[in-house]
Amino acid sequence: MSSAPELPNVSTPPTGPSIAGNSGAEVFDFEHLLSMRDIAKNFGAVQALRHVDIDIPAGQVTALIGDNGAGKSTLIKTISGIWAPSAGQIFWKGKEVHIHTPHAATDLGIATVYQDLALCDNLDIVQNMYLGMEITRFGILDEIQMELTTLKVLSDLSVSTVSSVRQLVGSLSGGQRQAVAVARAVMRDSELVILDEPTAALGVSQTKQVLALIRTLAARGIAVLVISHNLNEVFSVADRIAVMRLGTLVSQGPVANYDTSSAVELITTGESDRVPSTFSSAQ
Amino acid sequence: MTTSQTDIESPDAPDVGSSTNLLAQVKRIWQGDSGLLPILIGLAALVIFFEVRTSVFLQPENITNLFVQSTIFILLGMAEIWLLLLGDIDLSLGYATGLGGAVAVILVSNNYRWPWYLALPLALIVTISSSALSAFIVIRFRLPSFIVTLAMFLGLEGVMLYIINAQGTGGSVSVQNNILYNLVNGNLTPLATWIFVVAAAVLTSFLMLRADQTRRKSGLGGRPMWITITKIALLGISSLLLILVFNANRSTFAHVVGMPFAIPIDLFVLAVSTFILAKTKAGRYLYAIGGNTEAARRAGINVNRYRRMAFMLSGLTTGIAGLLYVSRLVGISTGIEGGTYVLYAVAAAVIGGASLYGGRGKMIHAVLGGLVIGTIDNGMSLINLNAATQLIATAIVLLAAVIVDSLARRGSTTTR
Repeated sequence: MSSAPELPNVSTPPTGPSIAGNSGAEVFDFEHLLSMRDIAKNFGAVQALRHVDIDIPAGQVTALIGDNGAGKSTLIKTISGIWAPSAGQIFWKGKEVHIHTPHAATDLGIATVYQDLALCDNLDIVQNMYLGMEITRFGILDEIQMELTTLKVLSDLSVSTVSSVRQLVGSLSGGQRQAVAVARAVMRDSELVILDEPTAALGVSQTKQVLALIRTLAARGIAVLVISHNLNEVFSVADRIAVMRLGTLVSQGPVANYDTSSAVELITTGESDRVPSTFSSAQ
Repeated sequence: MTTSQTDIESPDAPDVGSSTNLLAQVKRIWQGDSGLLPILIGLAALVIFFEVRTSVFLQPENITNLFVQSTIFILLGMAEIWLLLLGDIDLSLGYATGLGGAVAVILVSNNYRWPWYLALPLALIVTISSSALSAFIVIRFRLPSFIVTLAMFLGLEGVMLYIINAQGTGGSVSVQNNILYNLVNGNLTPLATWIFVVAAAVLTSFLMLRADQTRRKSGLGGRPMWITITKIALLGISSLLLILVFNANRSTFAHVVGMPFAIPIDLFVLAVSTFILAKTKAGRYLYAIGGNTEAARRAGINVNRYRRMAFMLSGLTTGIAGLLYVSRLVGISTGIEGGTYVLYAVAAAVIGGASLYGGRGKMIHAVLGGLVIGTIDNGMSLINLNAATQLIATAIVLLAAVIVDSLARRGSTTTR
């Protein structure tokens, strides 16, 4: 672990009046929807995350790339409240927040779609979309209202491949299931949607559908953070790229600053001469 | 469950959504979302078989008897479905029902002379508590319900034997209270039978029509009209037949007519349970937990709370079954075969169409499954087949049902 270069704190903190040592009570203009500063996460003696600074702007797709064990999953679990960071600050809309539970993340407007999608195969699309937040009238489930809203959300997201929202999720294709999981997040008024390898198990045409869906989300002003191993996909869908290696964020910036070979270099060595130095950790 | 997808699937959705499409209907049946058609056909086949063999099977007295006989299977089946939905099971229900019945019989007996309105609720509280204890152990120590309720099965039999033997009446106590006796053995008057059945049928039809209308008004389309009309017509015909059956004199010595009280009780439990499962959040969450516990948890559902609730509703239903059981046998004895009853309860639920794997099943499944078991029981006795043959026949029906369940499950996952 000691082989990784010591990182200078290169990123600028969120704009606004003095944030250092603040309780985070005041709100100020924010440049990024979510900013993390100097985040660390230890599991006993193991340092899974060290000095991570990352910015996620609204309305853009940020791709989080890195080799296995680079800390991508640890980072998104920190954002989605599975566990709290050991050190560092998280700013949501410029205001410092403490995300200690998944519930707290959901309340802020952060939705995470894990690889397993967390769908119930034995329920239909409407029932899955509303699971845990059903609409009721006098204690009775309002199926009509829920079905109408589901239809609207799916059509807003241009998900047109499902023939009926009353079909069981177990009978859907992989891409359709992914779409339902994402639509579920959108329906909960999420402002940041985190997708963990959304296309890993999909075929070609299904992957295309999911990538189109990701662009639709960004076009609606939602910030998307997507973990992916497929660099072709990353370059076709992302606005920004963040590269992790050995628990640190080695580089982040607009997608134009990278190409496939520099991205691979960053993933494997943590350095690349061809990436503008402001965004790279290379000293 | 890992979701493995293949890359060779077609991008187009399988057309299982539109219910007008006949092919889609067939596909739905294959995927286990079949509704009640297979079990109704099976039940009709059994009835025809026994009528042909005996020619007395369809006599009003036998049909009425059949319904009363099936009550215990139906109620215990419904009790079991609360847990099967979660992927849990309760093996202690047979003796819980015996214990509940024993408590009621003993408290109203001449030894204690409690009024029925205290004794009967206390019996229900006993069965609810026993289920709550199972739930507590299962949840607190993260144990499989199979093992915990196996221990409860032995423990409850012990407690039941203890309290019956403590009465000093030679291992059995008879029912010495009119209310408890009449739970099963009393009948509605013929007029009340008419009123009750017609009211129930009209109410059901009204609710079905209104549900259809609301859907159509909101522009969601819906089932084709002929399906609802057919259902209502079938409901009307069967209601009429039931009234005629129940109101026919079924005794050669006296004038015995009217619907036995047991049947409105069954229907009431069925209606309330179905309402909870189909129309409330709690019901929805039970299906969700049974389908994917982790997904339910991540959706913010308090999984343990709803598991406890399911166990206690199961206990309540078991208690009602116990009261009807002692009423029908006019007493309780240490010889009650709690082990057989619990197996019949699971069999009733699964034969009816509930899944052993959790997440799929309706209360009506226990009713139909219970009727199948009751029909086999009743019909085999009529053609003088011995217990050995009855057990084997029930075994074959049960095996057929679980195989269909398993195939349906596979059918619903391979389409992905």
